[in-house]
Amino acid sequence: MLAYLIRRLLISIPLLLGILCLSFVMLKLAPGEPTIVQQDLQMRATGAQRETLRQLYGLDRPIYVQFGRWLWRVARLDFGRSYSPDGRAVLDKIAERIPITLGLNILELIIIFSVAVPLGILSATRQYSTFDKSMTLFVFVGFATPDFWLALLLMILFGVQLGWLPISGLRSLNFEYLAFWAQIWDLLSHLILPILVASFGGLAYLSRLMRGSLLEVIRQDYIRTARAKGLPERDVIYNHGVRNAVIPVVTLLGLMIPGLLGGSVFIETVFAIPGMGQLFVQSAFSRDEPVLMALVVIGASLSLLGNILADVSYGLVDPRIRVSGKEGR
Amino acid sequence: MRASGSGWGGGHLVVNGHVPLPRRHFRETVFWRQFRRNQLALAGGAVVLVLSLAALLAQWLAPYDPSAYDVKQILLAPSFAHWLGTDQIGRDVLSRMLYGARISMAVGFVSVGIAVVVGTVIGSVAAYYGGRVDELLMRFVDLMLNFPRLFLLLTLIALLRPSIWIIMAVIGLTGWMGLARLVRGEILSLKEREFVLSARALGALDRRIMFRHILPNALVPVLVSATLGVAGAILAESGLSFLGLGVQPPTPSWGNILNEGRANIEIAWWLSVFPGMAILVTVLAYNLLGEGLRDALDPR
Repeated sequence: MLAYLIRRLLISIPLLLGILCLSFVMLKLAPGEPTIVQQDLQMRATGAQRETLRQLYGLDRPIYVQFGRWLWRVARLDFGRSYSPDGRAVLDKIAERIPITLGLNILELIIIFSVAVPLGILSATRQYSTFDKSMTLFVFVGFATPDFWLALLLMILFGVQLGWLPISGLRSLNFEYLAFWAQIWDLLSHLILPILVASFGGLAYLSRLMRGSLLEVIRQDYIRTARAKGLPERDVIYNHGVRNAVIPVVTLLGLMIPGLLGGSVFIETVFAIPGMGQLFVQSAFSRDEPVLMALVVIGASLSLLGNILADVSYGLVDPRIRVSGKEGR
Repeated sequence: MRASGSGWGGGHLVVNGHVPLPRRHFRETVFWRQFRRNQLALAGGAVVLVLSLAALLAQWLAPYDPSAYDVKQILLAPSFAHWLGTDQIGRDVLSRMLYGARISMAVGFVSVGIAVVVGTVIGSVAAYYGGRVDELLMRFVDLMLNFPRLFLLLTLIALLRPSIWIIMAVIGLTGWMGLARLVRGEILSLKEREFVLSARALGALDRRIMFRHILPNALVPVLVSATLGVAGAILAESGLSFLGLGVQPPTPSWGNILNEGRANIEIAWWLSVFPGMAILVTVLAYNLLGEGLRDALDPR
């Protein structure tokens, strides 16, 4: 197992380097360059001054030298400073947003798993019942619903028409003056809609997966054996079926890791939540390259790590899948 | 193949009492029988047809000019004059949505077309040459798959500045990896099938085997995947436009009407509700159609 883990990690290194290389080339090939993009410089800088700037930032060097230097800085987690007027270190900007996005997404994951698994079990054990059919419908609709639209609908219903819940931000303006419990409620009430929307798509997907997985397990011989030896149906389903069926669903956690930090672009934009997704959109708009590149690096690394984790955890939870030398793609 | 086939005497070759039908005929009838039975898929197909017609005929169907503004008719709720209301500068929402359908369909088809071409070429080159080439190309697929797609989309568009062509290209060029894997796997398994082996035994050239026997069969799952891909591309475009990084106003797209809906969420619900419903119905229809095609073409 350990050997496999190490091997996977080693394979990931060239992949990550490839992604970084591609990102860097993408950045360099894009029309315009930083010394021209910055508005105030464009207005006033003379040719000589611009040349000084180019030398300062190393833009006059060949592209592979620039890439090498950039890589060396990234390796030391130095992502430089943001191009935005505040000019803060990229890492600081990201660090203050991570807890928000992470907290939101962990809550979301807990809700998805605790609701989707029972739903999947229910529709698998009652295959082709009315409940199962309406779940199938829900899944199809869930796949086709843009989450930002669902967000708008809920905002209109609960925020505007009924006036029950706030529709943007994380806390009210008078947050500081509220009592402790009122503060908790204030935060919660701001979180209800975003989490509801964020869970929706995942819920549809995961409950479908759980259903399929359980249906497959139920057809296995050991389930027939369990039934044949007279175990109550309850025990058959929950002790023999669900335990095995939940494995592929749990390993999906690994694949959800990159989403934990970056996957909430739409939710954070719609609800004005100051997390990583919002930072990404803002940086995309202002073409804040250092921030964009830092986010791509983080996103790609997490994605690679998540894949490895998913595969490794699959092998750990299910001893039948002992990973051999071959890759199980 | 055809010459040697007639030499076998077509109808005379009776296996287990069944007269072997010509392959194409057989598959088409089975396909139709399967597909017709699937009412959801038929409904999906019908919706896709209606939507495509609406998009094509937008010019004649739209009750108003989609960009004609009227400051006296700002943010009117749905009524008989404006079925789906008007927006913040008094343009008719229904007309804008009909023209928006054009954008959605165009982006869906063109970007999926790009993805199909790139995916099929890379997948078949990898499968055909195998060895080093295969290894290299599949690592590239891994690399692209590990690039978080939304990050890639947003970064590319931010760097290149949004225009409809850029959006189509970017959605297509970030969506071919699954297809490449699919085509590669399909070809690798077809390579070992009897009909390919027999063609090879009869002395058919590699190129002929590839283009006449393997690729046409490998394209069946590609068709399914492409249908589902159109749904994905439409969702991606509407998402980008909603963020303001997709189709730019005044060109109408469902996504950017929703963006305006968000700005007026407190006063004009119709700007948010209808375009989203259009996206939902379209994506649902393509998904149902795609699933139906999958079931009918591959009755496992």
